[in-house]
Formats: sequence, C-alpha cells, structure tokens
Amino acid sequence: MSYGLGIARGMWVTLQHFVDTYVQDAQYLFKSKKYRSSRLPERQGPKNARGLFTVEYPYEKLQMSENFRMIPFLVYNSATGQERCTSCGICAKVCPPQCIWIVRGTDPQTKRPKPEPVEFVIDATICMSCGSCAEFCPFDAIKMDQNYERAAYDRWDELVLPKDKLMKPDTYHYELHPSAKEAEAANIAKSERAKNR
Amino acid sequence: MAALKERFGEAIQPAEYEGVVVANDRLLEVARALHDEMGYEYLSSVTGVDYFDKGYLEVVYHAYKLSGGGPLVFKARTPRDVAEVPSVVGIWNGADFQEREAYDLYGIRFAGHPDLRRILMWEGYEGYPLRKDWKEAYYEQDKKPFDSRWPGGQHVPAEERVKYHDNVVFPSEGFNVETFTPEAEQLLYAGITHIPGSGNVEGIGTDAIVINIGPQHPSTHGVFRLAVRLNGEQVEDLKPVMGYLHRNHEKIGERNTFIQNMPYTDRLDYICSMSNNFGYALAVEKLMGIKPPERAEYIRVIMAELTRVMNHLAFCGFLTNEMGAFFTPFIYAFEERELILDMFEMASGSRMMCNYFRFGGVVRDVSDEFMTRLKHMVYERLPKKTDEMEELITSNEIVRSRSIGVAVLPREKAISLSASGPLLRASGVPYDVRKAEPYSIYDRLEFDIVTRPNGDVYDRYLLRIGEIRQSLRILRQCIEQMPAGEIQTGKKQYQTRVPAGQAYGRVEAPKGELGFYVVSDGSPNPYRYHVRATGFINLQSLETMARGGKIADAIIGLGSIDTTMGEVDR
Repeated sequence: MSYGLGIARGMWVTLQHFVDTYVQDAQYLFKSKKYRSSRLPERQGPKNARGLFTVEYPYEKLQMSENFRMIPFLVYNSATGQERCTSCGICAKVCPPQCIWIVRGTDPQTKRPKPEPVEFVIDATICMSCGSCAEFCPFDAIKMDQNYERAAYDRWDELVLPKDKLMKPDTYHYELHPSAKEAEAANIAKSERAKNR
Repeated sequence: MAALKERFGEAIQPAEYEGVVVANDRLLEVARALHDEMGYEYLSSVTGVDYFDKGYLEVVYHAYKLSGGGPLVFKARTPRDVAEVPSVVGIWNGADFQEREAYDLYGIRFAGHPDLRRILMWEGYEGYPLRKDWKEAYYEQDKKPFDSRWPGGQHVPAEERVKYHDNVVFPSEGFNVETFTPEAEQLLYAGITHIPGSGNVEGIGTDAIVINIGPQHPSTHGVFRLAVRLNGEQVEDLKPVMGYLHRNHEKIGERNTFIQNMPYTDRLDYICSMSNNFGYALAVEKLMGIKPPERAEYIRVIMAELTRVMNHLAFCGFLTNEMGAFFTPFIYAFEERELILDMFEMASGSRMMCNYFRFGGVVRDVSDEFMTRLKHMVYERLPKKTDEMEELITSNEIVRSRSIGVAVLPREKAISLSASGPLLRASGVPYDVRKAEPYSIYDRLEFDIVTRPNGDVYDRYLLRIGEIRQSLRILRQCIEQMPAGEIQTGKKQYQTRVPAGQAYGRVEAPKGELGFYVVSDGSPNPYRYHVRATGFINLQSLETMARGGKIADAIIGLGSIDTTMGEVDR
C-alpha cells in the first residue's frame, strides 16, 4: 500500500461528513424552516442524523423523553386543590443525598400525626436528580420535573425549594408524563383514603 | 481450599462467610504457593475492612485463575493499633496501588512494600478515613436516613448544622507553612530521581531532570499528575500521582443504605454508569440470593453492551485526540454516543447518571419506541459507523507510526500487574469475566473473546474495534431472544433487607474488570462497600509502558489504558 493512502481514506470520510452537513441543511431548508424544534427529533434521530450534529441551543431545544428527570416537585389536584402527599416520609428516607426535609402535620385537637406535610423542603443544591423519591412514593405525590434550566443567582432563595414552590398542579404533571394518568388512579385513591381516615 | 489447609495446617483458619484467614507470619508463603503452584496468577482485589467491634482490621484478597472460575478468598488480620501485614507486591505486582490505598485509608502498614505512601489523600493528611471511628467534615450521623429529615425536618444548611471544624484536623497541630516539607512529595521524587551517570550521552555531561506533567489535564482524561524523570525527551522513570477527585466514595457508601448507593455508583466511571450499576447490583444480589427475571436480565445485558459500544467508540476519539487528531474523530464518536445516551434517557430518565438497576430487576421496562430505536441502531447504524471509524483511523499512517510498538505491555507484566479488560487482552491474555466467570445471561450468548498479540497502543485500539463488533453481535442475539414478562423479582422496597454476609460481584465493564466487595451485617446499610476500580488498578501498568519511550508516547499510553478519573480517585 502506498504511503498516504490511509490518510486519504480518512480524509474522504471527513469530506463526506462535511458535505453531508450542507446537503442536510439544504434539505431542511426546503422542507420547512430549519430552526423549528418540532423537526429536531427527526433531524437528530438515528435514522437521519448525518453531517453536523449539534443543536443551536437555546434557539432550538431537544425534546426530552417522558422519563427525563430533573429535581422533584409535589403534585396537587388542580380541581380540588388537595395535595397528594401524606407526609409518610418514604421519600426523605430513600433520598441518597438526604435533601428532603418534611415537617409532619399534627391534628391540633387529638395531637395525633396528620397525613399532610406542614413543611416540605427540597434543597436543589444537594439533590442529585436520581428519581428515587418519585419511584418509591406510594401515593404518586412526588414526581420528577423536567425543567433543566435552573441556573440561579442566589443559592438560598432560589434553590432551596419550600412547599409553595414545589407544589404543581396534576395537569402539569400529566403534561410531562402523559402515560402516568391511568397507572396512578389506584395510588391516588389510596392517598385520599389515608387523608380521610 | 482443602489442599491449602492440609499443607499449611494451623496457619489456615476458616473465615466467616467465605474464604480463609491466613496467619500473618505465613501469609507470604501461602501467597507464593497460590501463585506459583496452584495457578492463582491473577490478584483481582486487595482491600481492608475495619471490624471495629472485634478490634481488628482485615485485609481481604481475591485471587483468580486465568483459566476461569471463582475466586480464592483469603484474609489476613491485624490489630487496629499496630496494623501491619506483609506485603504481597513481590508476588503479585498488581497489589501495589491497592495496598497503598489500604494503607492510606485504613492505616495498615504493608511490611516490605517498596513505596508505601498515601495515594488518594493529600500529603500531610492525618487520620485514616475509612476506619469506623473517623468522621468527615459536616458529619451528621453514622447512618442514613438521618433523623433530622422526618418527621420534624426543619431545613438547616449543612454549614450551619454541623460546623466544618468539628471533626476535621486541618491543618494539623503544629503545622507551619514556612517549615512544612511535603515528605511524601520528596519520597515520590526520590523514587524516580537521578541515578548517577544515567543521563550521560556519549560523554556529554547531560543530566536527567524530573518534571511534573499535570495535574491539570495532562491528557483528555481529567486531573491527574505524572512525575517523570526525563533524559532529553526519553522517559526514564514515571510515577502516577492521583487523588485529585477523591471524595471518599466508599465512606459515603457505608453511610448510605444499600439502595441509596445505586446512584452513587453512576458517578464512579461516569462514561459507563450502566456497567457500574450492573456490578453493584450483582454484588448485592449475591448477598440477597436473588436473581432478576429473564426479561430484566436481557435488558441489563443490552444496557451493558450498549455502554461498551459507546465507551469504545469514545475511546477511539480520546485516543486520537491524544495523538493530535484534534477532536474530529472524537466528535464523530460522540455522535453515536449521543444517540445511545438518548436511549438511556428514554429508559432510565437520565443520560449519564442512569441509576437504572435495582436489586432483582431494573427500574422500569423499556418501551416499544426504545426497542425500535435499538433495532435500528444495532442492525444498521452502529455497524456502519464502526466501519467508518475504522476507515478513518485504522490505516492512517500517522496513527500507525504513532502507535505500533508504542507503550508495549508484555503478557507476563500485564498479568502480574493485575491489568484487566482490553489492556490485558491486547497483551494476548484471553481473559474476560463474561467468559471466565459468567454472570447474568452471558453463558448462553455467543461471542468471542477478542485478543491481540502485541500489547501496544495500536493493538489496544484494534481490540476495542473488535469488541464493538462482538458487542453488536451480543445485542443482536438479545433483541432476537428478548422474552416478555416481569422486570422485577419480588416487591421493590425502599429499604432493602440484606442478610449478613460478604460478596464480591464483578463484571466486565468496558474498561476492564469492575468489582464491588460488599460486607453486610444484616442492617439496612452496608458495613463495608469497596469498589475495585478498573482504571485505578490499570494505571499501574503505565510505568512499565512508558519507561524508555518518549513523553508524547507516555501520554498515548495513558490514553490507551482508558481511565476515567472519577473512578480512579473515587
């Protein structure tokens, strides 16, 4: 084999990538506007991804899969306003970096523990987004958010999340996790039973 | 075991759960017999355990035969106050770093070790972090979950809850920055400095010099330092210095409950988190005596093999980066990695920190969309892209002249240095944990162990390309055979009950043999959690590889080992 042929073959591969980039650009330009996020899964998917692969964030953003997880939130019923959490504490016990703090409510008359949290704090600076809390919650009350743009100027005010910042309506939750709706019915009923007891 | 007992009589005592306890004064004798006569040529793991209540420290050795099969576990015990055990470095050179680690973290002195210095902690550090009576900064409680979280969990930041200075002695008493001499540093340099006359080239009075490469990214592999003695451009001696990313992973692991450790294992070798999950799940499942259902086994193997494909492709990128092909092959490799990571996100919810395995199963089933995508990747895209990568690199004359015959690791050296994975196989040793001690369903999948004869950088590269092809072969079988059904044995529990015992679970991670040594005392938290980090142990070979070569070749040698500092430093 003559010297330099290997390099030339490698260069041929690079050239193909280079050309592909423009071919693909032209294709998407004619098909529709290039910077439309709805086209991204197609453009970045395994079938079509050729040439330049990068996404022009923040102008275009990749779609997250349904299971994507980033910092938990608490779910409440948007119709009745009732929160699902019964403050059983399983999320706080399973949390690997121990970033969940829960103050359990007490009934003022009977002095017995009440199945709802008075305070619920998640320290997002400690949270490792492992998703264990959402996975092990028996009442489907804590779920993983998908908002990954959490940069903040102030650590304590913006990243230590108290209950009012954590509470999100179940409509938001079903928007993120459309397949969860049916699977959760039983656990929600369980949560309501626990609260009414 | 019986043969040992017969031969050494009283010196061999049965240990709890597994293995034997060898009397300290005859340890070397027993070790030599194991190595020379009984065929246990490969020392996989050496680690310490602090049995605080019983008042002794234990050193646990796992030795294997290269022909395959289970480990021979032997242990040595030593009192906590004057901890000393004879060093086996003379028999298995691969014990070097691991004994230093045990010395560093447990304070066990290994008599006869040629270079016993701290390895992960910094010089001038006091105390032994893995001993049970040691407490870290911001120490809160011995075991998780912490009582302060529920039911009366008022949020107080760690800095206010526990003061930093409460249990950290730094700088230690009598420390004076003016007079401080870093003893370990001097020892390090003493290990490699000038041998009289060594630098003289044909009567010209040149001198060898010692320089540090790093610790800021000497290659594409993170914070790592190489102290080298150079004669011109030639590396005469070399010592790796590590620990810059040390976070006492194992201590964190002992504070955690079993299940809480799973996401932490992701952060060891963050390029292949699925394989790390696999190893840890295997070790704990061994203790619990459970097995995941069929479908879960297949999903696990799919994830592990995808990780291997992705890691090896990325390796080609890193390696060429090190050679100066700046980022073009790297980005091509990362495209495929990106697509595989997207699939991990579909299944587990995160691209790199997967946290996907559970004891006796996986978190959730894979969707049909995932399978369609997997099929496309495995049958069409990845084979094509592997060919493309080969087209780009394999016959490239610059790559060939930079890598053929460079950083050679001879077969015998590779074995005695406990090198594992591609590094070992590129030196002509057909040893693969998937075949040698099959776990999961690897015993019924068809694949070949790829080996290369020369043990140089080029062979290590070719071997990885070969392994990608084998992984794709495994993946194709998995797709075809994948059964329907459950993905979890028993009920998934947030606090796993693990019976008391000891287990060593090892997998063939992309970078080599990854082992988890777990000791349970029956409580919800592991008593001891040790990671046999692949990269950490493979780095021992760097010295042999680099000696006699040029500086640039040392860097390529480091690249060809394929380390991730998150795992090396733990």
